[in-house]
Amino acid sequence: MSNLYAGSGKINESVKKRKKSQLKEICIRLRRNRAAMFGLSVILLLIIMAVFAPFIAPYNYDEQNLKMANMFPGREHIMGTDNFGRDIFSRIVYGSRISLQVGFVAVGIGVLVGGTLGSFAAYYGGVADNAIMRFIDILLAIPSTLLAISIAAALGPGLTNAMIAVGVGTVPNYARVVRASVLTVKEQEFIEAARCIGVKDYKIILKHIIPNAMAPLIVQATIGVAGAILSAAALSFIGLGIQPPTPEWGAMLSAGRAYIRDYWHVVTFPGVTIMLTIFSLNLFGDGLRDALDPRLKR
Amino acid sequence: MEDILLNIKDLVVSYNADDRTVKAVNGINITVKKGETVGLVGETGAGKTTTAKAILRLVPNPPGKIEKGEIIFDNKDLLENSEHEMQKIRGNKISMIFQDPMTALNPVIPVGEQIAEVIRLHQKVSRAEAEILAGKMLKMVGIPQERLNEYPHQFSGGMKQRVVIAIALACNPQLLIADEPTTALDVTIQAQILELILKLKEDFNTSMLMITHDLGVVAEICDKVAIVYAGEVVEFGTIEEVFRHPAHPYTKGLFAAIPLINGKKLKRLHYIPGLMPDPTNLSSGCRFNPRCDYKLDCCEKLSPEDIYINENHFAKCYLCAQN
Repeated sequence: MSNLYAGSGKINESVKKRKKSQLKEICIRLRRNRAAMFGLSVILLLIIMAVFAPFIAPYNYDEQNLKMANMFPGREHIMGTDNFGRDIFSRIVYGSRISLQVGFVAVGIGVLVGGTLGSFAAYYGGVADNAIMRFIDILLAIPSTLLAISIAAALGPGLTNAMIAVGVGTVPNYARVVRASVLTVKEQEFIEAARCIGVKDYKIILKHIIPNAMAPLIVQATIGVAGAILSAAALSFIGLGIQPPTPEWGAMLSAGRAYIRDYWHVVTFPGVTIMLTIFSLNLFGDGLRDALDPRLKR
Repeated sequence: MEDILLNIKDLVVSYNADDRTVKAVNGINITVKKGETVGLVGETGAGKTTTAKAILRLVPNPPGKIEKGEIIFDNKDLLENSEHEMQKIRGNKISMIFQDPMTALNPVIPVGEQIAEVIRLHQKVSRAEAEILAGKMLKMVGIPQERLNEYPHQFSGGMKQRVVIAIALACNPQLLIADEPTTALDVTIQAQILELILKLKEDFNTSMLMITHDLGVVAEICDKVAIVYAGEVVEFGTIEEVFRHPAHPYTKGLFAAIPLINGKKLKRLHYIPGLMPDPTNLSSGCRFNPRCDYKLDCCEKLSPEDIYINENHFAKCYLCAQN
């Protein structure tokens, strides 16, 4: 075998070049997708907003001024004020911290737990599949909001518990999605080929099956971030999630609900923010899926 | 016998469907010597691929099950190995070339990495060294090394099969199982791939089990040939023996069904009447007797043993005993 190493310098360089170019190529493909770039820039903007909230927000999020309650958008308050006279723009800026965190962490929990369960069930099949999927079915039989409410009620209110509650509520969805796509990939010949060259089970799952089964998961997860933000808002609304006066988009929406007839701005701005966030996440998710899949190369 | 690499004895494999048992392989005996190429010929469903999978212990279980038999490889029974021991053998000592190169490669991993994967699994080399070796393998199968970083969809069918061959030979296996490696390719590429397999096989001094239903391919590259019918080897011998003096009526039928290019008059092609027996319901006696032109009285009741015509040639047929 030693003679095979002769003249290896040149390939070594090309190998190094590839390691970089693979990531680069994904970026190039992503950049070509205008919609995805729009989504990404909005998400980045939101992240910047969350990080630099104290510098961007003109007022503090819990600064009350009852004299200025329910002000329409104007020069002093560009998005107006709510029923306590708090600046809505400032609350949205601070709220991005909570909402993004809840969205990503909850989906992270769901994807990790659900994905592991789903791929395990699909790959091993038989008894393991039955046991895991019946458990998932039990979770699925309980409405996810109800499940989240009961978990949050059991754990007590608070940000961390809200994230856990929402995350666990989404586990069945991810388990199902991952199981379905793993099942189709598993039957393909290259998996048998991998087994033929002696690859171990966990490596087959991680390296050969998961990357081929990613596409639906990525889409599901980006939509899931949006759903998780909404679920967290629902929890906050019934008092089991984020506690006032901490600003949270969904909670702002719920709180402003009572004033919707007279003061449209109280619900419109948080609502538009949530919509824009979700829309951007979906655009980015779609673009990312296309970019990650080398078969879709144009 | 020092030089016997693979010895399959009385292998029985069956698949259990809900209420019936499909007997795919019924006591196959095959020996492969070191450096030898043995062809496994038979029609669809004869049990060729199941035999190959049994050697690698990759018969899907359930529903498949290796009922009995021995597969002696390098003086060790593979059927007694643990799963862990098998993982060390697969791809390292025994490797396989698949029928359809379009689906045998992972579409989201560059081909170089797929070749490097098998090298890294079985040899203690760094990632970079494995990549270098993968490049060498690619060159050896006639693909420029620069294409190491490309994905399977950027290759044509023939090129993909070359990559599959590179993966199979990357660890210098003692036995190569080729499961109809040319069936999915067009004729000109078939010839190239066969030539490549033959050349590499000699360079690496590998034994080969060639599964095919193309007798032309067998004549081209095999030393010995086993004719498989309904999960049994009905005739086994050297190429010269079997091609010159086919003994079993099934083998004779197969040869008669090959169209002759220099045939003077266009005649209807000869065919073997009937179908293969239903593997869920095998009758007693010789498996071929319902379709046989030379049927004797005993054929329906008794299963013939391997009857040796000479030391390099046997057939499961009473006709051979008569002569």
